[in-house]
Amino acid sequence: MRPRAVKGYGEGPWSDPDPGACRLGGYQGKSRWQVRGPAGDDGCVQEPSEPTWPPFRFHDRHGWRAERDWQAQPDWQPRPDWPARARRWRHRGNGEPLRRDPEDRLAGGVAAGVAAWRGFSPTTVRIVFVVVTLFSQGWLIPFYLGGWLLIPAKGAEASIGSRARHDSRGIALAVGLATLLCVLLGLASVLNPWLINTYGWQQVVSVAFLALIWRNTPDSEQAALRRLVEPLESLGPGGTRASRGTAIRLSAAVALLGAGVGWLLTSHESIALLRPLAGLILVTAGIVLLLGPWWLRIARDLVLERQARARAEERADISSHIHDSVLQTLALIQRRADDPQQVVQLARAQERELRSWLFEGRTLGDGDATTFAEGIKQIQRDVEARHGVPVEVVTVGDCQLDDDLTALLAAAREATVNAAKWSGASVISLFAEVEPEQVEVAVRDRGKGFDPDAVPGDRKGLAESVHGRMSRHGGSAAVHSALGEGTKVTLTMPRATTSADAAGGGSRR
Amino acid sequence: MSTAARTPPRVVLVDDHGLFRSGVRAELGHQVEVVGEADDVAPAIDVIGRLIPDVVLLDVHLPGGGGQAVIAAVKKDHPDVRFLALSASDAPEDVIAVIRAGARGYVTKTISTGELADAIQRVADGDAVFSHRLAGFVLDAFAAAPSAQDVKPSFDPELDQLTSREREVLRLIAQGYTYKEIARELYISVKTVESHVSSVLRKLQLSSRHQLTRWATERRLA
Repeated sequence: MRPRAVKGYGEGPWSDPDPGACRLGGYQGKSRWQVRGPAGDDGCVQEPSEPTWPPFRFHDRHGWRAERDWQAQPDWQPRPDWPARARRWRHRGNGEPLRRDPEDRLAGGVAAGVAAWRGFSPTTVRIVFVVVTLFSQGWLIPFYLGGWLLIPAKGAEASIGSRARHDSRGIALAVGLATLLCVLLGLASVLNPWLINTYGWQQVVSVAFLALIWRNTPDSEQAALRRLVEPLESLGPGGTRASRGTAIRLSAAVALLGAGVGWLLTSHESIALLRPLAGLILVTAGIVLLLGPWWLRIARDLVLERQARARAEERADISSHIHDSVLQTLALIQRRADDPQQVVQLARAQERELRSWLFEGRTLGDGDATTFAEGIKQIQRDVEARHGVPVEVVTVGDCQLDDDLTALLAAAREATVNAAKWSGASVISLFAEVEPEQVEVAVRDRGKGFDPDAVPGDRKGLAESVHGRMSRHGGSAAVHSALGEGTKVTLTMPRATTSADAAGGGSRR
Repeated sequence: MSTAARTPPRVVLVDDHGLFRSGVRAELGHQVEVVGEADDVAPAIDVIGRLIPDVVLLDVHLPGGGGQAVIAAVKKDHPDVRFLALSASDAPEDVIAVIRAGARGYVTKTISTGELADAIQRVADGDAVFSHRLAGFVLDAFAAAPSAQDVKPSFDPELDQLTSREREVLRLIAQGYTYKEIARELYISVKTVESHVSSVLRKLQLSSRHQLTRWATERRLA
């Protein structure tokens, strides 16, 4: 049985699932579902956990639909990668219901939510929103605010709207504001009915929505809203901290705005094309001057906020890991302080886990060994956990597992367990070396040892599972032991000739 | 260093953990003479320069730069001071870097007091001290098959590979054998084992083989 390559994730150096596609030196077996090794006959190779690579999440649920479309259009030439395309275009996005994303917001997080929902970049969605706003004469703004009101935030149960329904004062305020704005617009439309009719009336709805959102949004979102409104406060008479620069900026902006708006308001009588253009430029300049610093600050705040959040998440990650592992173990050690054996065992297990987390960037016990060195480390873990004897492991080189090497691992496990159970040694040494032509494992203890010739026939452990396993797969086993001097089991498994070639440039000397 | 073999070696401890230093000092107190301590690169260079100890017990990881910074600075003025690297870390590239900088050996912090005293004595006598872990790293580093374009013409090609005897010795060290046991296993004298280990150390330090650096990079990236 050849190891089965699981599609998808990082089909790097071993895209061809050659059973012996090995290389020396260095760790390579990072993606754990890359090659599923055959299950060992004693179950020492566990089932790998289910891959979670996103594009394939929908495979089972939607596969039939792609199939049906295919049959319904016989003249359509099916492309070989059609299923992948179908998945990519129909099912991009996170596959969850539409939710606002307050984590990644500029205003209400609607754009970010839509982006995550449909699998676009938030920036793209925002640009589309702005463009649509311009072309729809501002109609998108009330729709955006409506979305803010009606789409629940990520992780929240209810939308703001559902809360606003019970807020009678808020509704009264919204209606009042809307009415006030209607009156104002009505008055203003005397000056320029075209402008007001085109851009003004929609915003009545916006203002009402905004009032409802303001009154009913949770505190965290209110902070964001406040930040949006902040500069308007500084415009008011209360802004005592306004320096001379601000004053100049404000007066310049007001002058520009006044000139521009005046120009625009009078332009309805004129048919000259240049005049509204000049008016627009003046208004824009005024707005930029007025609000530019505020925009800059918002952008900077957003970046800072995002960095802070990333840091906080990282810290939470680390502290939860430390808690799950180190603190738990320390607590256990305190409780079992009277049992030195247990304490040593706990400390060693913890040390190993922390090391592999710190230096190899992986968590132990997640998934299956796909390379020989990982298999050896698994033996170390299991034997230390089950038999409480420290195992010193040294591995040299590494390669992918195949049938023969799985058998070798099983034999090595048997020999190690044997040593842990019977030798009485305080430590077992497990040495594994992957060479181009063969793989060698030595299991050694300084325990009481035994006389190999005097082993009674009914003790099958060593003879059957170690010798038998090795010889069935073309390997060999040698046992050296003497009473009082410990035991050394040497296991040698030749590697398939192809794998020696694949090991990286032939022999090494 | 025949005198050092009889009188207890003078040792300086360099480690950023005060608890660890006091622990080592308390346990080794009567077997070696701890003359000084330091907790970082700069004070270490200063203390070693003043005291000129026989052996410096050096942590691989120090806040102000790695242990190799200390070795590099001290070696210039006091080539006779010997270093024994000590660490709780398994990151092979760090260990190899310290050895290549000039440390005479490497042991892990889980070592027993007796073995540590023994290792210090050995380094003071001018021998190399390989823990089983270091032996594994070295085998690994030298085993990685060099690709054709990677081998730079070395001034001494001998340095670029281990002899089969040296490999055998390293393998046995990696399996936890003591020098005496290795000597018995291979039917050679303990002195010969020591000379094999020293020669491996020399190759490790002097080899211009790119492989060693590339190997370390791979380990880090992999």
